[in-house]
Amino acid sequence: MTSRLSQVALGLIVPIILVTAWWFASASSTSFYFPPLASILSTFRELWLFDLVPVHVAPSLTAIGIGLMVSIVIGIAVGTLLGLSPFVGAMVSPVLQFLRYLPAVALLPLAIQLVGIGLEMRVLIIVLGAVWPILLNTMDGVRSMHPSIVDVARSTRVAPLDWIFRLVLPAASPQIFAGIRASLAVAIVLMVASELLGSSSGMGYFILESQRQFSLPEMWSGMILLGIIGYLLNVILSLIEHRVLAWHRLSRG
Amino acid sequence: MATLSPSVALRSTPVFSSPRLRIGSAKVAFIVVLLAAWQLAAASGNLGAVPEPTAVGAELVGLFLSGTVWAPLAITIASWALSFVLASVIGIVVGFPLGASRLAYRMSSFVLDFCRTIPALALVPLAVLMFGTSIQSTVLLASFGAVWAVLLQTIYGVRDIDPIARDTFRSYRVGRIDTAARLVLPTAAPYIATGLRLAAAICLLLTLSVQIVIAAPGIGQEIVVTSLGGSVSKMYAYIVLAGILGIAINAVFVALERASLSWHPSHRKVLP
Repeated sequence: MTSRLSQVALGLIVPIILVTAWWFASASSTSFYFPPLASILSTFRELWLFDLVPVHVAPSLTAIGIGLMVSIVIGIAVGTLLGLSPFVGAMVSPVLQFLRYLPAVALLPLAIQLVGIGLEMRVLIIVLGAVWPILLNTMDGVRSMHPSIVDVARSTRVAPLDWIFRLVLPAASPQIFAGIRASLAVAIVLMVASELLGSSSGMGYFILESQRQFSLPEMWSGMILLGIIGYLLNVILSLIEHRVLAWHRLSRG
Repeated sequence: MATLSPSVALRSTPVFSSPRLRIGSAKVAFIVVLLAAWQLAAASGNLGAVPEPTAVGAELVGLFLSGTVWAPLAITIASWALSFVLASVIGIVVGFPLGASRLAYRMSSFVLDFCRTIPALALVPLAVLMFGTSIQSTVLLASFGAVWAVLLQTIYGVRDIDPIARDTFRSYRVGRIDTAARLVLPTAAPYIATGLRLAAAICLLLTLSVQIVIAAPGIGQEIVVTSLGGSVSKMYAYIVLAGILGIAINAVFVALERASLSWHPSHRKVLP
């Protein structure tokens, strides 16, 4: 317990020093680009606790939530199917690789042209980028099942649905989560990109608009909030992963 | 279900000359079928404004023949390369000491975790204020986004040193430089290679993102300009070019990794 506490305390030293340094270095700052941290924080309090949260934070989180959910469902479903049939998996792999390495932002102008700048466009772009890591990792995880499990399942004639939901997916779940973690990072980038380019709400829109109006404390407060949101999304995902994969850690000892 | 027993695989070989050839031709066939379906759907007007793949292909060839593609392509590759080198050097140089010292790692892990999750594009407005829409903005943002992949992989790699090997090196009093070159570097190399490959992909994604978002010159800007100008097939040609660039960069890194790490157990083929 004490070792855990001291570890947390150790981890906090550097951030506290950095923030304090920022605070004092910028306290008497007259630079236009780098306003005093004090004024950034008071702007932060005015704007984000919690007046503008429904206007700008909620749309961003909705887009990323729906986009990630859709990616997870499609990625796991298609990935499992492709993983279970090695021949089809190998056949489509060049196309999958192309789609995976096609930077999804390149499709942003196209998506705006096709579906406008609403929520649908942002979800579409997030799915187009975030589905591949999950899909390919699921495929890999399903394929690399231990052969002896496959043999046991076959000789005991496990029903197909039990086979998929009780054996294949749990066995692949560590890999699937690794895929989801990669997808989250991509999804956040795409969320901000879609808001910077084509949107009238959202965090990305807010910081770009503040910059255009030269409201620097507002811009900084939005950037800080985006950092916090990015961090919290990752923390939430790793908490879920910790819970869902508890059995896996236990089995590894 | 998932594996063919060897005897079955052997018996089926005479039909096609080899299983590898069979899969290879299936891959080609699938691509051809997809392109044909796209061509038919676009030609019959079912896809709205989406052009036919032959038109996109012709446009792409035209871009190369007329030479208009070279300037945006060169700028994109240059900003990708600059940001990649910057991110790799900083990541490796900072990662080594952080991985080697447990105290330094513990003190910095929270900061690293936090910074890693800041979306690089959140810094776009700041970069635009400071550098405008120049190549500096692109390089700055892309390397900020990619440095964490190299840094964290370097730290993991250095921390992964086998304790017995480390103790052996210590008890034989191997010098610092030899320890670094013969123990730390070989242990960390596969991790760093993975980090570099990830960073290369992130750099390209962010380079193109920044070019699209703030209209900095490059392929990204061309995609936006052609889309606004209504030359749809040209826009598709640039999108395909971006995809080809992504695949090429990844292929180069996989090949480099394989060539330079062929000695490492994770890259050696296991013989049955």
